[in-house]
Amino acid sequence: MQRIGVFVCHCGSNIAATVDVKRVVECARLEPGVVFAEDYQYMCSEAGQTKIADAIKREGLTGVVVCSCSPRMHEATFRKCAEGAGLNPYMLEIANIREQCSWIHKDMETATEKAVVLMRAAVAKVNLNVPLKSGESRVTKRALVIGGGIAGIQTALDIAEAGYEVDIVEKTPSIGGRMAQLDKTFPTLDCSACILTPKMVEAAAHEKIRIFTYSEVEKVTGFVGDFTVDIRKKARSVDIDKCTGCGVCQEKCPSKTAKSEFNRGLSKRSAIYTPFAQAVPNVPVIDREHCIKFKTGKCGVCSKVCPAGAIDYEMRDEIITEKYGAIVAATGFDMISLDKYDEYAYKKSPDVITSLELERIMNAAGPTGGHLERLSDGKPPKNIVFIQCVGSRCADKRGKSYCSKICCMYTAKHAMLIRDKYPDTNVTVFYIDVRTPGKNFDEFYRRAVEEYHVNYIKGQVGKVLPQPDGTLLVQGADIIDGRQVLINADMVVLAAAIEPDPTARKLATMLTASIDTNGFLTEAHPKLRPVESPTAGIFLSGVCQGPKDIPETVSQAGAAAVKVIGLLSKDKLLTNPCTAKADELMCNGCSACANVCPYGAISYEDREVRGIGVREVRRVAVVNGALCQGCGACTVACPSGAMDLFGFSNRQITAEVDAICR
Amino acid sequence: MTKAEKQAELIRDISGVDPYKCMKCGKCTATCPSYAEMDIKPHQFVSFVIRGEIEALTKSRSLEKCLSCFACIERCPRSVEPGRLIDAARQLAARERGGGFLTTEEVPEMCDPDTPSQLLVSAYRRYRR
Ligand SMILES: Cc1cc2nc3c(=O)[nH]c(=O)nc-3n(C[C@H](O)[C@H](O)[C@H](O)COP(=O)(O)OP(=O)(O)OC[C@H]3O[C@@H](n4cnc5c(N)ncnc54)[C@H](O)[C@@H]3O)c2cc1C
Ligand code: SF4
Ligand code: SF4
Ligand code: SF4
Ligand code: SF4
Repeated sequence: MQRIGVFVCHCGSNIAATVDVKRVVECARLEPGVVFAEDYQYMCSEAGQTKIADAIKREGLTGVVVCSCSPRMHEATFRKCAEGAGLNPYMLEIANIREQCSWIHKDMETATEKAVVLMRAAVAKVNLNVPLKSGESRVTKRALVIGGGIAGIQTALDIAEAGYEVDIVEKTPSIGGRMAQLDKTFPTLDCSACILTPKMVEAAAHEKIRIFTYSEVEKVTGFVGDFTVDIRKKARSVDIDKCTGCGVCQEKCPSKTAKSEFNRGLSKRSAIYTPFAQAVPNVPVIDREHCIKFKTGKCGVCSKVCPAGAIDYEMRDEIITEKYGAIVAATGFDMISLDKYDEYAYKKSPDVITSLELERIMNAAGPTGGHLERLSDGKPPKNIVFIQCVGSRCADKRGKSYCSKICCMYTAKHAMLIRDKYPDTNVTVFYIDVRTPGKNFDEFYRRAVEEYHVNYIKGQVGKVLPQPDGTLLVQGADIIDGRQVLINADMVVLAAAIEPDPTARKLATMLTASIDTNGFLTEAHPKLRPVESPTAGIFLSGVCQGPKDIPETVSQAGAAAVKVIGLLSKDKLLTNPCTAKADELMCNGCSACANVCPYGAISYEDREVRGIGVREVRRVAVVNGALCQGCGACTVACPSGAMDLFGFSNRQITAEVDAICR
Repeated sequence: MTKAEKQAELIRDISGVDPYKCMKCGKCTATCPSYAEMDIKPHQFVSFVIRGEIEALTKSRSLEKCLSCFACIERCPRSVEPGRLIDAARQLAARERGGGFLTTEEVPEMCDPDTPSQLLVSAYRRYRR
């Protein structure tokens, strides 16, 4: 018989305001095996933990039930406390009477009744608990960063500086991400390339960093400390070791019809190309869809002109397999498609552009050489209208429900830069709210209004109508002044919502990391564990986790690096002892369990099975404890009841159900 | 419940509109083709319902001037669809006059030469028996 202690937490008023904790204590005292019960205001506090530790020693407890918040919150805390008092940590169970009880009930009577039942179930389980011991697993001291934007670059640099090896996998031909496409950056207006390219070069030159561009993660297996990853290095058709980056091939390539991804389709590029002049690595790729040689077999100009003999039309995709201890997702974002927003005439008029297109137009290396001009006729625009929140903050089917967070600031930036360089241009901004809660951010926006006289109008634009004379009639509302405004604009700029990179969803499945309804990767705890995914060993950096600007991205990138460094600095990790095991006597080798195991932890062996009246060699299931994550899928799949999970045995679960139904 | 509160609830029931979802972006007002002729503007319908000022709404010129073009219903980013409030206010006004529906004979008397024909078509579509 166990000697069980029950500890009921008030959680301030979180629990005690809805659950009669005293009554839970009284009922606990009547449960079989319970020798001690008490309540306290904050069980997780030092005083609370001391109460548990003292009782374990004083009462000689062999099992503990803490009635408190979710085990996700404090199971580890209390188990550590029990272990400190000499009890096996797996002899402690949590009854969640907060998230599953007090927070969702209003009536004290019902809530108390339910709390008692939850307590009973936990006691019934502990009566059947046995001490469990964690195993150990090794840690591969190398990290993988997926995505080479500013987030990925910063995370990789920080990890490498701490002395660990890092690989960056970037799907495009160069690292740099969106920041490479920006002209100047708020709130200080320094040139984006001037602060980004040195970091790109530093990453490329770092002895601890390897960069795989034009590459994608294909498969991920394993677990924290010991991941195995297949990386597909797409065929570049250019030998990265031989190429000197002279650029002759790009100049001479006769196929110049492909749209430049880097310039958001506003200019053309050759079939053999580097996305931009400062690309890292400065090695082109051949876009085989547009290459004449690949389409017709003729041409081959690049190979003839290349002084280094680097062109290799025969090159194939290569898959390499690497081991990592930790993986960081840094896959960033894109702008939403504006297909559903006919009213802004984005498809109809070349002079209606997105903010990212404007960044390219204002950039000296962009499609117009940095001159602000209309794409339709090359004329300088005299009246520009900016529209904020396009597709953000939408509760309808067209857009995103969230605020994209960066557009208020970059719109103020664009407006100010234009008024500064072209003072004759009238700039109007339609906004719903101006959101500038960052250091020096509101001052920045106010400068746009007070110093640069940008005309901010609270209200939205109903429609943009292209006129026969080439202007754009903008019809909007000024709801503060109570009027409808009509503006004849020469250019309209849409601050379109941002969304996670479309590949993030597939990647999340590979990493068994969770994503939210908007496709952003989810953090383990929204406040206390913002850079970790709920899956151990997977970390988050940058906009893949949620909208943010560069300063915030860089801070998060550093934080993710610290978590990775903390993990890699360990030689061994304790494994979860709550793994599955098949009872050989009952297992008939039917393979039902292996078919459902998401971690590939189950294999079959021929073993000699001895029992009462049996002695034969049989095919039975064997679980690899290092791979098993304790999900329990196999235990329910097994038709003969042979599969069981330590810490969550069939008997324990039945006892819990019995206690609930009692 | 006061009469005003009852009416506000009725309008919410008939229209299916939750006025609290409105974020006052003004998109409806920006998009409305009859804006100039309205005394209460589309984004204000919502405020009138929240404040329970239904009398004012049902007496408003906007009831006649709204074309039922559905632009504000299509484009409202919060799916508030303020045009439905106008519709409901019209029904309320009609009910208060007795009889929930218009007959074909009644309509011409109610029109002045400026009444847009789109409104007539739309009214027939929705209020005929
Ligand atoms: C118009 C505009 C103006 C802006 N102006 C400013 C400004 O002035 N100041 C400021 O602070 N911020 C600004 N920002 C915000 C800034 O761009 C972001 O904060 C920053 O780029 C986020 O970096 P990131 O690395 O998280 O994402 P990204 O820059 O998107 O980088 C992600 C990288 O991951 C790669 N990738 C994606 N999926 C995969 C995959 N499956 N496998 C491999 N690689 C993958 C992508 O190719 C990309 O290189 C602006 C944004 C926009 C749209
Ligand atoms: S072979 Fe292809 S990439 Fe090379 S020059 Fe010809 S078209 Fe361009
Ligand atoms: S940051 Fe500003 S413009 Fe962007 S969605 Fe939020 S409120 Fe709208
Ligand atoms: S519990 Fe079973 S199904 Fe789940 S990981 Fe372990 S072996 Fe696989
Ligand atoms: S468009 Fe919708 S959310 Fe915006 S003001 Fe009108 S009713 Fe409110």
